Amino acid sequence: MTLRAYIFGIVAALFVLIVVVSLLRHRRLRERHAAWWLAAGVLALLAGIFPESLTWAARVTGIELPVNLVFFVSITILFLVSLQHSAELTRLEAKTRDLAETVALLELRLRELGEAPRPPSEEEGPDRHGDAHDEG
Amino acid sequence: MLRTMGTALGQTLIVMPAYNESQSVGRVVSETRAILPDITVLVVDDGSTDGTADAARAAGALVATLPFNLGVGGAMRVGFRYAAQHGYRAVVQIDADGQHDPATVTGLLDRLEDYDIVIGARFAGEGAYVMSGPRRWASKVLAWTISRTAGTKLTDTTSGFRASGPRAIELFEREYPAEYLGDTIESLVLACRAGLTATQVPTAMRDRSGGAPSHSPLRAAVYLARATLALLFAYARPKAVAPRTIEATA
Repeated sequence: MTLRAYIFGIVAALFVLIVVVSLLRHRRLRERHAAWWLAAGVLALLAGIFPESLTWAARVTGIELPVNLVFFVSITILFLVSLQHSAELTRLEAKTRDLAETVALLELRLRELGEAPRPPSEEEGPDRHGDAHDEG
Repeated sequence: MLRTMGTALGQTLIVMPAYNESQSVGRVVSETRAILPDITVLVVDDGSTDGTADAARAAGALVATLPFNLGVGGAMRVGFRYAAQHGYRAVVQIDADGQHDPATVTGLLDRLEDYDIVIGARFAGEGAYVMSGPRRWASKVLAWTISRTAGTKLTDTTSGFRASGPRAIELFEREYPAEYLGDTIESLVLACRAGLTATQVPTAMRDRSGGAPSHSPLRAAVYLARATLALLFAYARPKAVAPRTIEATA
């Protein structure tokens, strides 16, 4: 392996880790979603710094070409992340549906109490509160 | 005025899921209220964009408006939640397109004395409803499988005309499935596996006032596949907790 390839591997892994950590720091990524990406980044960094570890791991698992182990692990991680996203999406849909149902019931209740909000188009005069004060 | 020996009409909630049915919903609501005077009709407007809610309200129905389309399952969940919150002892699901005859509601309610769920079955002798091809096979397989779970012979498991008693309301308020075909197949499997009882009453269907059902063989095949999958998953799910037995009110 050339020195350039060695450095390239480490830099790429570091880049992944920096992106993940910075998203985490700014709360743009939640820990539970970041776990897989962090694991992938750390693995890539370890394999980058100690290429022998990859060769060793390939021998242990009986894989002839170490690079195939890299592909295998990468695909597995991507697969799991994708699966986690599908499950998360399902959960979110269930929550959204629940909220929509609740909104419908609440709106009906409001109407029953005679306080249903009318759409603005039906209102004639500018009797919405706040209009008179805010401008200026 | 029609009378029923079973659940009183005043304790019965008609739930009508409606998605862009402004053409028919008003007439169906008016007709239902004329035939069943003490009954409450709740139209669940499933994210319609054509004024379905206003038409239903003008006809005297309560209207719960969903902010976006959830499908029949989501709409029925609203109905069951409303029924549970307000102490109704029966929920009858009726289509907003006018294919179910409100006069037959009392026939369903009578059977609720002895069963938790009563299905208005389309091809059990009454009426001239026919299916063909994959759709018919699908419905046969579904009927056979679910009949075994229910312990009674059911011939029409995908009917959207059904009545649910207090125990079913309690279960469905918590667990009504929102998946594809959840409102028909899965809800029935769920209820029977939780120990609820089901039966059917032959019902004639009228022509829909809206669009015609599709007869494309490809669509029918897709339906068969999805129905089978829905059925498999309905059985694969963990059993729902059975509702506590509600003491009989004499």
